[in-house]
Order: sequence, then C-alpha cells, then structure tokens
Amino acid sequence: MKKLLSGNEAIALGAYESGVKVAAAYPGTPSTEILENLAKYPGLWAEWSPNEKVALDVAIGAAYAGQRALATMKMVGLNVAADSLFYVAYTGLVGGLVIVTADDPGMHSSQNEQDNRQYARFAKVPMVEPSDSQECKDFVGYALDISERFDAPVLLRTTTRVAHSQTAVEVEERSGPQGDGEPKSYKRDKAKYVMVPGYARARHPVVEQRLKDLAEFAETFEGNRIEWGSPDLGIISGGIAYQYAREVFKDASFLKLGMSYPLPERKIKEFASKVKRLLVVEDLDPFWEEQVRLMGVEVEGKKYFPMIGEFSPDVVRAGAVKAGLMEEKALAPVELPELPGRPPILCPGCRHRGVFFVLSKLKAVVNGDIGCYALGVNPPLAAVDTTGCMGASFGVVHGVNKAGIVERAVGVLGDSTFFHSGIAPLINIVYNGSNSTTIILDNHTTAMTGHQENPGTGRTLLGEPTDAIDIENLVRAIGVKDVRVVDPYDLKAVEAALKGAFATEGPSVIIATGPCVLKTREKRGVIVVDGERCNGCGLCLRVGCAAVVRASDKLVRIDELQCTGCTLCMQTCARKAMSLVEQGGR
Amino acid sequence: MVDSINFLFVGVGGQGIILVSDVVADVGLKLGLDAKKSEIHGMSQRGGSVESHVRWGDKVYSPIPAKGEVNYLVAMEILEAGRWAPYLAPDGEAIINNQQIASLSVSSGLARYPETERIVNIFAQRTKNVHLVEGLATARRMGNPAVAGVVLLGYLSSMLQYDEAAWLEVIEKRVPARFVKLNKEAFVEGRHLRG
Ligand SMILES: Cc1ncc(C[n+]2csc(CCOP(=O)(O)OP(=O)(O)O)c2C)c(N)n1
Repeated sequence: MKKLLSGNEAIALGAYESGVKVAAAYPGTPSTEILENLAKYPGLWAEWSPNEKVALDVAIGAAYAGQRALATMKMVGLNVAADSLFYVAYTGLVGGLVIVTADDPGMHSSQNEQDNRQYARFAKVPMVEPSDSQECKDFVGYALDISERFDAPVLLRTTTRVAHSQTAVEVEERSGPQGDGEPKSYKRDKAKYVMVPGYARARHPVVEQRLKDLAEFAETFEGNRIEWGSPDLGIISGGIAYQYAREVFKDASFLKLGMSYPLPERKIKEFASKVKRLLVVEDLDPFWEEQVRLMGVEVEGKKYFPMIGEFSPDVVRAGAVKAGLMEEKALAPVELPELPGRPPILCPGCRHRGVFFVLSKLKAVVNGDIGCYALGVNPPLAAVDTTGCMGASFGVVHGVNKAGIVERAVGVLGDSTFFHSGIAPLINIVYNGSNSTTIILDNHTTAMTGHQENPGTGRTLLGEPTDAIDIENLVRAIGVKDVRVVDPYDLKAVEAALKGAFATEGPSVIIATGPCVLKTREKRGVIVVDGERCNGCGLCLRVGCAAVVRASDKLVRIDELQCTGCTLCMQTCARKAMSLVEQGGR
Repeated sequence: MVDSINFLFVGVGGQGIILVSDVVADVGLKLGLDAKKSEIHGMSQRGGSVESHVRWGDKVYSPIPAKGEVNYLVAMEILEAGRWAPYLAPDGEAIINNQQIASLSVSSGLARYPETERIVNIFAQRTKNVHLVEGLATARRMGNPAVAGVVLLGYLSSMLQYDEAAWLEVIEKRVPARFVKLNKEAFVEGRHLRG
C-alpha cells in the first residue's frame, strides 16, 4: 500500500523496521519529527537528550552494546556533537549506528547555512543522502548495514524539503523490526575502544583503509545509479537537487548519488566519458564538483548554480539558462506591489514579551540566545542585541562584562537552552566572577521547535513522568546567591527584579517562570478599551502584540479572538483606559 | 505542456492550511496518481505566512513547482493571496477566502492593509479567474469558523472533474471523528457555493 509520509516519518519507520533499539536526539528543525514519530513504535527506547552531544554519546553507547542505534539532529546540532562523531569514527562500533543530520539550505529556521556533507569528509565517515521519503525509509536500512559491514558510523543527510515534504512510500500492513533486540554480552576490545594516543594512532590507518573500502563499495551501491537519457548532457546530482534537476533537464542523463561520500570514482569517470557535457547540480557547497574535478574530470557546477540559499526548480532553471542550456522563460514575472510582510512574532500572551518590554525600557544590552525569544529582536520590542548559537548568551555576557561597558549587559536564554548548553557558562560566571545578570525564561517547554519535553518538564519523550530538574535549586547549587523568581506577566515585578539584580555585586539570576500560552492555550479573558479614556497615545502598542490594534480612528482596539487577557498592554496604559474582562465574565 | 496539476495553499498560521493540503495530496494518491506535498514548518506557527504545495501527476519529481506553474491557488487570506500570485500559471484559478488578517505592521499602524481590489489587480497579470469566496462567512453560518478551509476545499473540488466520493472518504480519514460530519457538510456547502 502506498502512503504519503514526510521524510522524517519515513526515517522513523525505516529505523523501526531495521531494528533500531535505542534512539536519542535533541529537537531541531527540520529533524524533530523523526524521534517524535519513532517514539510511537513499540519495543525501542527513544529519548530527548539535553543536547546533541549527549544524544550521540547515548547512541554510541547502545551501538557499543551491540544494538542498532540512531541519533538525529539539525545540522548545527552536529557542531555540538562533533567531538563525539570524531572519536566514534575511530573506534567503530558493534551494532549499526546512523546519525541523521538535517540541513537547512535557505535557513528557514537556522542561524547559518552550513553544508554537513563536509563533516563526512572531515570525520572520514560515509554519508548517504535520500531524495524522497521512500529513500528516507530505505536508506536508514542501507546505512545500518553499511555501518555494521564497515564498522563505521554512517551519516544520513536530509535537507528541509526532503525532511518535510510528503511523498509516497510503500508501506507494509504489518511490519516489524528486524533482529531479536535481546541483550548481548558486552564486547570488550580496549585497543579499539579506548582512544588514548597509543591506541588511537593504531586506529587512524584503519580509518583511512576503511574509506578506500567504502569508495569501492560505492561503485556498486544501489543508491548510486545511472539513468541514461540523451548523451548531450550528463548531470551528477543527489538529494533534493536531483528532483529539481530531473524536473528541469527532462532529457539529460543522470548519475544520481545516493551516497554523498566517499564517491565512486570509476562510475563517475565512466559516466563522464559517455556524455558530451558534465554538470554537477548540488545545493550549498561545491562538495562533489571539487572532488570530481580532482579526479581529472572536466566538470562545471557552481559557475552556474548558487552556493547560497535553497534550490528550487526556478533556481535550477536559472542556472540552466546561465549555462546556455535553456532559453529564458517567455512568461513575464508578476510584478508585485509592496505588501506588508508577515514575519513570525511572539504570540499574543507570550510570557517572553513581559521580560523584553522591561529590558527595552531599561535600555539594557541583551545578549540573547536561540529560542522563541530570538523574536524579541523585532520591533517594537527590539530588545535583543546578539544571538549566535544555543547557549552562547551566558558566555558572551560574561565576556562583555569582563571587557566592561557603560550600559548594563544581560544574558537571556530559555529553559531548554539552559539545559542544553547554559549550565557550563553559568558556572563560568560564578567561577570567574563577573557582575553578570542572567535571565532564564522558563516556559516549561521547548517551544520554538514545537513543544518538546526537556529535563525541566517532568516528562520524557515517551510521555512518562520523571523527576523534573529544578532550575532554581540548580542555579543555587552552582553558587549564585542572588536568585529571583518572577512572574513575567507582572511588569513591575520584572522591573524591580532587574533593578535589584543590577544593584547586586557579582552574579545574579532571574528566573521568569510561567507556561507557554501556545501550549496551554490559556485564556484568562479579554482586554477591553474604554473609548472615552483612550487618547490613542500608542504606549500599549509598544508591547508588540498582534491583538493590540490601532483602529482607523487612531484609537486602540483589541482583537478578542487573539487576546489571551495577559494584561501586559493594560499595564502600560497611563490613562487606565484598559481593563480585563475575565473569561465568562460577560 | 501540462504534465502535472499543481496546487498551492496559502494563508496565516492556524488557518487550517495543512489539513486542506493533506486532503488534496491524499485524494491525488487515491485517484491513482503520484502526489507530493511540501510545506515548511518551524517558525511559521508564530503568526507568519504559511504555504503548502501539492502536486499531482503521473510521476512527480520536485515537491514544489516553478513560479508560473500553479494551476490552483487557494488562499485563506487576501493579503497572502497577493503575495503568492507570482506562482500562478497563466489562466490559472485563484480561489480566495474573503478574509483579512492584519499583520503586526498593519495592526500597529505602521503599514496599511491593501484594498481587495489592489490584490485582485495583481492577478490580472496572469488570469481573469479570480474567485472571491465567502469561506469564513459560510463557516461561521455553520457554527464553526475553523471549517472555512474545508469550505474552500469544496469549492476547489467543484473545479476538478473527479467525483465527490473520493474527497469525502479522505476527509473522513483525516478529520477527528467528532468533527467529520461538520467537515463533510462544510465541504458540500463549498461545492455548492460555485453556482
Ligand atoms: C545546536 C542546536 N540545536 C537545536 C536547535 C534548534 N532550536 C532552536 S531554539 C530551540 C529550543 C529553544 O527552547 P527554549 O530555550 O526552551 O526556548 P523557547 O523556544 O521555549 O522559548 C531549539 C531546539 C538549534 N538552533 N541549535
């Protein structure tokens, strides 16, 4: 039976059917749904680890224990887990290990646009790359087989369009996992698994030989296939770029690479020798193009196709026109007038808003972080001054303060980010003593990526109750003496906490606590505006809430559907023109 | 050369675009065609624009079409319809829910929401076939504004020559049991809106 599955759902299904026993991940778009789906299957352990490095170490442990294992992450997550990738590349494993890296060309929801095929070459491990959901499912199985056969971790790279597009997958009615999954006796082999220099030196040649063996395997790997068309044009492509290229170059011959690294040199040369002109169509870096050129094969690619941004049929077509392979489209583009944009914004009722409103008012320098609160950069709040990668805020603010500035600098991150990579830099603030105020926006969830559990929520990925880590106790245990817990809906309290913290010598932490409204859907009521009192001064618009609307008569109106009754706008009103009508109160 | 039928569903986060495009993709498979569907989730649920592509064909490669290749643009919101107009094919069909949702720049008085006429005029560059549909009003009349998308789905289905049953079966599978009846009625209502 054919069923439409997203790439992520298909990877989960493939992992289940291939007998994956342990899967660990930290959420991150576009990879998150893999573990969310895998968690629904019986007979395996799936978890949200606090960060990607922990997730990969967990999966490695399971693979050392002889079981098939999976770790998934968005592409920047592999930066966090890179240290572990490099050691497991040396040690190898017993059970198969697949590491999914979900790249995000176009940066739909990422802070950079890195091409993680480079990690395969860097760490000297194989990488497979599906082009649709059927391949997503199948390639998990191939990758596990390759992993066990070559004693290597295997990277599986998706990109946003592959991960999130739904395409047809052949699904068996009742499929079950391979293998017995029974505990095995631990295989000790110190020279292979203890990477002290003496042993590690002996492993490096093994890794180099393994790459050669894998390149040989790639020559006959069924994922690398030639589809003959016209000999006038040969295209080497893979991943989603292959789909776009097939769409644009209808008659060309294709070498479709299902294995991104290492490359099948003989196959590439054979293909090249039979076509008149050879193009590589790949998104982001010229990863294949450069290697093909190094083989001494004449090839073109990035001369015509961009290194920046996400590919699409239009982008590939534009490259084809540039390469002189196609005429410009006759269809004139539609001319668009300037239309108001609709960027993502903090939700009505979002508790982060209260903190950013006060930070903006106090003109603090805000070293921010990655989470919904990155949206605090948008006007009118415009409160965030830096955002780099997860956990950066608390390290950066310490550096800013050690250098010394005239203003007050504040570090801001969320609960999930605190557990991910905020604890070590907070320890640093205490250990190396800076006058840093840090804020933890604790909305009891990992909101940005769709409300995943985290170590503070008291539930696991499988939905089971567990001990919640108490952020306040943890912060105190680290040695922070000035800890203030505030309700971010109470602007006065937030301001008092900040001013109090600023007056303190040494580290101070403010925990702004209260649940994410998008998750709880709470509605306390709605705000109503007294048209007699409102003079249209617009102070309340500065909270930047979509429910607070400037009406045509210049006065302010509240969109009742969107308003949650959080009262932040009301607290800013100097003329007391707003009041809360509680739910059911009318 | 038309070798596939391309649909594009657009609107604002929370307008039910994902459900509607899921149904269309499933119907494609049910009709024995290849089908692909693509949307970007992530930041969009925070009130941003949402788009979802569905393509039907004998064999579909790319999950997204090129600009100027969308045969049916279904917009749940008027401003968003205008934004995605460049994707519409010459003489394509634009089916637009008569609803305006202010963006933050509009609601805070920094930008003006364009008049409907201006949006319709954008489409004049490609097509005369602009259908302003009372999806929201119909859904409200039926007691639940959330089914506006399904009303538009019914309207869309009336433009394709496939029979009603396939659509209704998919809706039944896709919608939570207690909402099936309402959604089927909304679908049929939408089919009849196109006189
Ligand atoms: C290394 C890395 N992993 C994952 C992500 C994806 N990501 C972005 S924000 C975020 C979660 C933020 O959660 P939290 O700090 O609790 O803030 P909230 O969104 O709930 O406000 C995640 C997982 C990322 N950007 N970088």
